[in-house]
Amino acid sequence: MSLAIVDSCVNCWACYDVCPSDAIYQSSPHFLIDTKKCTECEGDYAHPQCASICPIEQAILDASGMPVNPYGSLTGIPPELLEDAMQEIQSR
Amino acid sequence: MELTVLDQNNDAAAAAAGGCSTGSCGTTDDQMSHLPDSIREKVENHPCYSEEAHHYFARMHVAVAPACNIQCHYCNRKYDCSNESRPGVVSELLTPDQAVMKTKAVAANIPQMTVLGIAGPGDPLANPERTFETFRRLSEEAPDIKLCVSTNGLALPESVDELAKHNIDHVTITINTVDPDIGAQIYPWIYWNNRRIRGRRGAEILIEQQQKGLQMLVDRGILVKVNSVMIPGVNDQHLKEVSRIVKEKGAFLHNVMPLISEPEHGTFYGLMGQRGPEPEELQDLQDECAGDMNMMRHCRQCRADAVGLLGEDRGEEFTIDKIEQMNIDYDAAMQTRKVVHEGIMEELHEKQEKKRRLAAVSVSANDATPQANTRPALMAVATSGGGLINQHFGHATEFLIYEASPAGVRFISHRKVDQYCIGNDSCGEKESALAGSIRALKGCEAVLCSKIGYEPWSLLEEAGIVPNGEHAMEPIEEAVLAVYQEMAAEGKLEEPQPEAAVSQTASA
Repeated sequence: MSLAIVDSCVNCWACYDVCPSDAIYQSSPHFLIDTKKCTECEGDYAHPQCASICPIEQAILDASGMPVNPYGSLTGIPPELLEDAMQEIQSR
Repeated sequence: MELTVLDQNNDAAAAAAGGCSTGSCGTTDDQMSHLPDSIREKVENHPCYSEEAHHYFARMHVAVAPACNIQCHYCNRKYDCSNESRPGVVSELLTPDQAVMKTKAVAANIPQMTVLGIAGPGDPLANPERTFETFRRLSEEAPDIKLCVSTNGLALPESVDELAKHNIDHVTITINTVDPDIGAQIYPWIYWNNRRIRGRRGAEILIEQQQKGLQMLVDRGILVKVNSVMIPGVNDQHLKEVSRIVKEKGAFLHNVMPLISEPEHGTFYGLMGQRGPEPEELQDLQDECAGDMNMMRHCRQCRADAVGLLGEDRGEEFTIDKIEQMNIDYDAAMQTRKVVHEGIMEELHEKQEKKRRLAAVSVSANDATPQANTRPALMAVATSGGGLINQHFGHATEFLIYEASPAGVRFISHRKVDQYCIGNDSCGEKESALAGSIRALKGCEAVLCSKIGYEPWSLLEEAGIVPNGEHAMEPIEEAVLAVYQEMAAEGKLEEPQPEAAVSQTASA
């Protein structure tokens, strides 16, 4: 049971500070999660902390390999509404 | 027509006057002169607060704070870039230990450096251990350096006690709104109490924390400056209310900055095509806010690891590799720095005296020419510092914009010409540097410089901007006033501003 950081990670350090299990470590080309230490925050928090602060969509995967923050989840704009949102923003 | 000279303001008078309204700011180009004496003494050697001081005193930022607890739509968290110059961007992150070493190395090598700031690339207060370790050590080991910090405010209330312990000169809070519905368009989420909170609710918490933090700092007597990013169609009109509220709460300065949203920066706004404000829109808003608040007009929106005088970056001279080779005796450096700082202050005070004398001269000169009702005119100035017109048009990387009117001459803003383009529609890669310079001068009726080539001369004239090299090496305000008086004498001010020089948004 462990989350994973994948290569869209931008090395912003945010997850490193909030992990209750000290499971996240600096590596190259990006931060990684020690699968032996990661508990998915079970017992500590309602939601995995790294995925709750990560600013990049698709950068953290859950144990089944699915992105915890899929496309559109952090901008708040679902992909199918992107065109409309863009038009609205460009009319400002 | 009398010039309003606000230099002698005391607290009560400043409060009663409620700042200065458009066109009545006198001849000063120096926002500090609007401040009460008690605050002015605290900030007079701070390069970020004075168009004058920034030519003499330097600042630096150390990038010890990468993590952030919110997302702003104008920020790309991939901050690692050496070729861009804008807030939130850095080349190398530092540990607190490296930051202290770098600060001392810079302070010893650039004795004019008075201020050390922590401004990211994330939120300094979302990295409390790294930020406060740096501040604690610098307070002890380099007590002659002023410390400042900027924050989005989310973690501010819990940080106030710790901030009060160090040599913190002032805190900058970025407040883009006080309305959660507007906030939801700027901040898609915050990280709060171990959860990600989205949309309006997230913005609401952020706003509450910012306002609470502002109040707590003011109560402790720590100076607070407020930064706001002007986002057309989102918070532009609303920022007037923000300005009024933060002033009421006790912020001493408001810095309204233009949104930077080039698509290549990869921010949400950049990718979605949100435009930044035109220079005239920014200026109009700053003028409107100025009725309530001391406004900052010369912010250069520098990188989170900038080193040197405002507008320059000597960071390359102080990379970790290089500072590890330096052997710094900080006690000796402090003695040198003291002498240098005293020398600069003496020079600055002499200049202020001279300016006061000039202001008196201008009043009598002013009586002679423009009618009280002549319209104001904008002029651009090329200067490399010292308050003089002393730069070749072609060498200018930025212009200072002044407004001349019957009320006097006042500094409005600076406009960069080559670091990033200031428009978003007609300026592409094909645009030459010269065309970029001329675009940057939109709305100005004259440009004063020490010299100017033939090609720009004719292009400027075509654009309705009169090139003027007749006032080389003269003090800026005096020269701008002289040109304004010439314009009045030639009857130009009785006509509306020439069509080519009028921008789409300027109402003058």
